[in-house]
Amino acid sequence: MFRSRRRAIAIALLMVLPLVLAACSATGGKKAAEAAANGGTGVAAGHANTKNFTVAMITHASPGDTFWDIIRAGATAAAAKDNITLKYSSDPDPTKQAQLIDDAINSKVDGIAVTDPNPGALCPTIQKAKAAGIPVVMFNAGYSNYQTCGGMEYFGQDEKVAGVAAGKRLAAAGKKNVLCVLQAQGQAQLEARCAGVKEGLGSEGTMSKLYVNGVDNSAVLSSMSAELTRNKSVDAVITLGAQFALIAIQAMNQAHSTAKLYTFDTSAAEIAKIKSGQVQWAVDQQPYLQGYESVDGLWLYLTNANVIGGGQVVLTGPSFVDASNVDAVAKYAQRGTR
Amino acid sequence: MAQTAEAPVAPPPRADERVGRKSPMARMLARPEAGAIAGAIVIYVFFFIIAPPFRNASSFSSVLYVTSTYGLMATPVALLMIGGEFDLSAGVAVTSASLTASLFSYEFTTNAWVGVLVALGVALLIGFLNGWIVVKTGIPSFLVTLGTFFMLQGLNIALTQTITNQVSSPDISTLQGFNSAREVFSASWTIGGVNIRTSVVYWIVFVIIATWILLRTYIGNWIFSVGGNPQAARAVGVPVGRMKIGLFMAVGFMAWFTGMHTLFLFNTIQSGQGIGNEFVYIIAAVVGGCLLTGGYGSAVGAAIGALIFGMVNQGIVYAGWNPDWFQFFVGALLLGAILLNTYIRRRAEASI
Repeated sequence: MFRSRRRAIAIALLMVLPLVLAACSATGGKKAAEAAANGGTGVAAGHANTKNFTVAMITHASPGDTFWDIIRAGATAAAAKDNITLKYSSDPDPTKQAQLIDDAINSKVDGIAVTDPNPGALCPTIQKAKAAGIPVVMFNAGYSNYQTCGGMEYFGQDEKVAGVAAGKRLAAAGKKNVLCVLQAQGQAQLEARCAGVKEGLGSEGTMSKLYVNGVDNSAVLSSMSAELTRNKSVDAVITLGAQFALIAIQAMNQAHSTAKLYTFDTSAAEIAKIKSGQVQWAVDQQPYLQGYESVDGLWLYLTNANVIGGGQVVLTGPSFVDASNVDAVAKYAQRGTR
Repeated sequence: MAQTAEAPVAPPPRADERVGRKSPMARMLARPEAGAIAGAIVIYVFFFIIAPPFRNASSFSSVLYVTSTYGLMATPVALLMIGGEFDLSAGVAVTSASLTASLFSYEFTTNAWVGVLVALGVALLIGFLNGWIVVKTGIPSFLVTLGTFFMLQGLNIALTQTITNQVSSPDISTLQGFNSAREVFSASWTIGGVNIRTSVVYWIVFVIIATWILLRTYIGNWIFSVGGNPQAARAVGVPVGRMKIGLFMAVGFMAWFTGMHTLFLFNTIQSGQGIGNEFVYIIAAVVGGCLLTGGYGSAVGAAIGALIFGMVNQGIVYAGWNPDWFQFFVGALLLGAILLNTYIRRRAEASI
């Protein structure tokens, strides 16, 4: 039985082989993408001849979150330009992220760029880096406490302010019942966004929250459609990450919801949905800029002792991607820098 | 479909609460899934009363959908547990399968079906390696698959990043063959205003197949004997090693199937997906009556276990409870279901 099964497998593989060779797709895929991408796929520029520095970038990105690809693309571009060796690492668990910062301090890097989503948890470690004489810039998360933590510069948006801006725009569009979809529990900046939306709506409307399991697409889809089925009065859904907006489109179809869809953050696929009108607009915090400026800011400090923003917050958002500017942004989104 | 799926579940235990002493009833109650069925009915009635949207057929189809995504995997995981082994890599293996299919067909611009077949090979290989290492080394599968769990998680992220320069797979919806694959793996129809996804039908079919294998074939007997007492099984000539490898490969096969469903429903896959689901599969199997020590359990039980998990997950949202407490309620209701399950089994054993 065993031998015949083995032979069966071999025959099956032999049968599959020509299929593989013959079964090329005439549409889509990498060939189409390569044909579409004329020119480089990044922001290419000159190359500094300053000393080679090593910079550690440590974020709270959860594995597989597309948003961070854009931050990383920005950081990589700046590193290439500034003759910097970039060491990127991430962990969504604050204690493990603190460990990664410790590792960077111990390996005596020249500069550290770090995010701090859980104020308090990472501060002591970040201060240790400063005490060890390593310049630290902070970005994306940690707006409220970067100075006390020992951050020299901060690049990002105030999540609360971004939420308020979104809420005001929703109120202006006449939305009364806004559903704020959070992909994780206990993350200060996600909570700040929803709180901001609520504040921005003011007395014009109400905001309710829905937590979904961000690492299981099917679960996200089901939870959203359940909530939209339960609460028929929802007339606006706002997701806190681009990939969740894509799932929300399916959930709203499934629940026969007539609500409009809005989101925080951008990705190529989601910007295509803004173009097609399925997503109304996205709050854009310009992640590319955050990654780029963090690395470039360290380079300026290491080579010329400059401090961008004079130590004050450098805001990268909130800006909006909507029907009016989506065409300009779309081509950059396609190559992964917006 | 919602009706046909709950119909076989409902009648027996409602009867047994009143006439629990009769001997055919007692035999019914001694089945591994008896307690889970009672738990499922209690939870169904509970949400039926407190959550009005839960009463609609369309809402229940959404419950069945989320159940099917867990249930597809809980079925082979239950077989594996009856065979005395665990697979902690099952959740991320689903993501590995979808990533393989989408990255392969995208990178080489092939027909989507080619990626699907390649992914099948990879998923079976993952199952084979899990089983082979467990059988060859004798290390508990809990540890071996914990290792492969982390390895697959790393491979998913690292290979996706290396190949695409981002952490999610590219959109393959424009590839040839995508639409037909979607029809096969992720289609949905609307019947009388109720949206039904194929995954629900497949889930029920696979549960029936697994039940048939367990109860009507010699392979089923072998699975029970391998998990119950491997030495004795070996002594009477059961190919213990090959059985276990086969069971791990069955998990790999269903990981492939579930992965294809997810891929063709969502077009792109984030490389960090699936972490934590391995426990949902095991929970479903255990709530459904599988013993953690092996040798006892049923495929129907795992299906009911998945249904309990699906109902709790969706029911809490339908009920509109404070979302901050969501995880707590999930845990509390599951614990309640398990307690009821154990209580009924003890009574059944006592009354025989």
